[in-house]
Amino acid sequence: MRTAIAEQIQYRAANYFYMLGMVAEPVIYLVVWSTIARSSGGAVNGITAGQFASYYIVWTLVRNMNVVFGAPFWEFRIREGNFSGQLLRPMHPIHYDIAYFAGWKFVVVAMWLPLAVGLSAVFHPDLHPSALEICVFIVAIWGAYLLRTAVQETIGMLNFWTTRGAAVFDLYMAVELLLSGRMVPLKLMPGWVQTLANFLPFKWTFGFPIESLVGDMSTRSLLLGLGAQALWIAGMFTVFRFAFRYAVRHFSAVGG
Amino acid sequence: MNALRVGWLYLRMGILNELQYRVNFFVQLLQSLIQVGTGLVMLSLVYSHTNELHGWKESELLALIGVQILLGGVIHTFIQPNMERLLEDVQQGTLDYALTKPEDSQVLVSVRQVRIWQVVEMISGLVLVIVGLTRVGSSIGVLDALAFTGALAVGAVLVYCFWLIVTTGAFWVVRMEHVLELFEGIYQTGRWPVGVYPGWLKYSVTFLVPVAFAVTVPAEALTSRLHLGTFLVSVCFAFALFAFTRWFWRFGLRHYSGASA
Repeated sequence: MRTAIAEQIQYRAANYFYMLGMVAEPVIYLVVWSTIARSSGGAVNGITAGQFASYYIVWTLVRNMNVVFGAPFWEFRIREGNFSGQLLRPMHPIHYDIAYFAGWKFVVVAMWLPLAVGLSAVFHPDLHPSALEICVFIVAIWGAYLLRTAVQETIGMLNFWTTRGAAVFDLYMAVELLLSGRMVPLKLMPGWVQTLANFLPFKWTFGFPIESLVGDMSTRSLLLGLGAQALWIAGMFTVFRFAFRYAVRHFSAVGG
Repeated sequence: MNALRVGWLYLRMGILNELQYRVNFFVQLLQSLIQVGTGLVMLSLVYSHTNELHGWKESELLALIGVQILLGGVIHTFIQPNMERLLEDVQQGTLDYALTKPEDSQVLVSVRQVRIWQVVEMISGLVLVIVGLTRVGSSIGVLDALAFTGALAVGAVLVYCFWLIVTTGAFWVVRMEHVLELFEGIYQTGRWPVGVYPGWLKYSVTFLVPVAFAVTVPAEALTSRLHLGTFLVSVCFAFALFAFTRWFWRFGLRHYSGASA
């Protein structure tokens, strides 16, 4: 983890490029929705422009926390033959993945702060979190990180059987975009989509952490949310363990 | 003239090379379908809460999204692969192989790669444009169509110039790979008419990163809301930026000392 921190601090400029590109996405959604909110009398489905601003600014932090060692890296790992070397290490490769990106997060959050200040100055967010909400939020973003890692590493296992994992990954990204609250707050979706989202893992990586800070959630639903996250994390890592065991059996190295 | 001949030759070679990998066509098709699908969902969500976004109706905005995807296809087919290769060459020191060839270096680095399967993206964009336009209902004249083609070509030139300027920056900075994400992110602003953005952002995506010229202007031509003045400004801007790019590329080359090879 410490090596990751040191490594990423060296490449501040590269990291900022990356973050600026990433910030473009929520800024677009934010501008579009606050335009609509203003033109339809101040609010869409009860969400005001200021609330949209706070939603999407918190979004940027959650998004940064959600960058994980994803499925495409597995494709790279297997194709380039790096994986054989990692298999020889005494620990399961996933430990390395989780720790590396967890270390990076500290750099990312430090770099995110000025960005958030800038965005707040421009868009005037409307945000009044309580102490409990802040605590839940801090736990929830790490939960989101672990959950997204588990989901993506599991998808990454597909790369052991096909060299076209990218197509599956794109499909996953599209579903996540729609059902996680990444594109729009789930409140704006039709009712059946919201129900569906409750039973899928995606919401717990974007919508829930954001809403825990931004929305007015009851203590009960906050804690239930954390519980759902924990369940999904445990479930997905179990699936991953099985998938990994089969995958490694299937694996015959490329180079090395 | 020679430049065109070389470009054509490289293009043919690139296409033949890519045609070997046929499965990529289906992968690309799936990816385009996903892209169009999410675009449509977002569009219908927005218009389920409003009738008009800054004066653009749903069908007009559909055409705009079509233009954005179409131009995105052009970028991904012809421009971006070359720029990625150039970045890599600068990092690895293999650019010298291109520089020592007896042909204009800017032409060479701009035509070496082509990802022909991304043409699928261009086609899906075009389909959206056509669907959007038939829904608008008002017939578009020959003049509108010509203006659209012209504006789209200008847009492609502008994006090319922007990319090459940024990539030339690699002569000094070397590590630039995240520039790709930066551009992809900013290019998404083209999904919406540039008018919706607040002033500072509007000007940056018009002049700093010419997305507005590249996408909104052609779409305006299609929906008959383009002023002649805007069109002329974009043509002049394209010429000026192209000249600057040419100068900047040479300037960069003079500073470039190679990294062993």
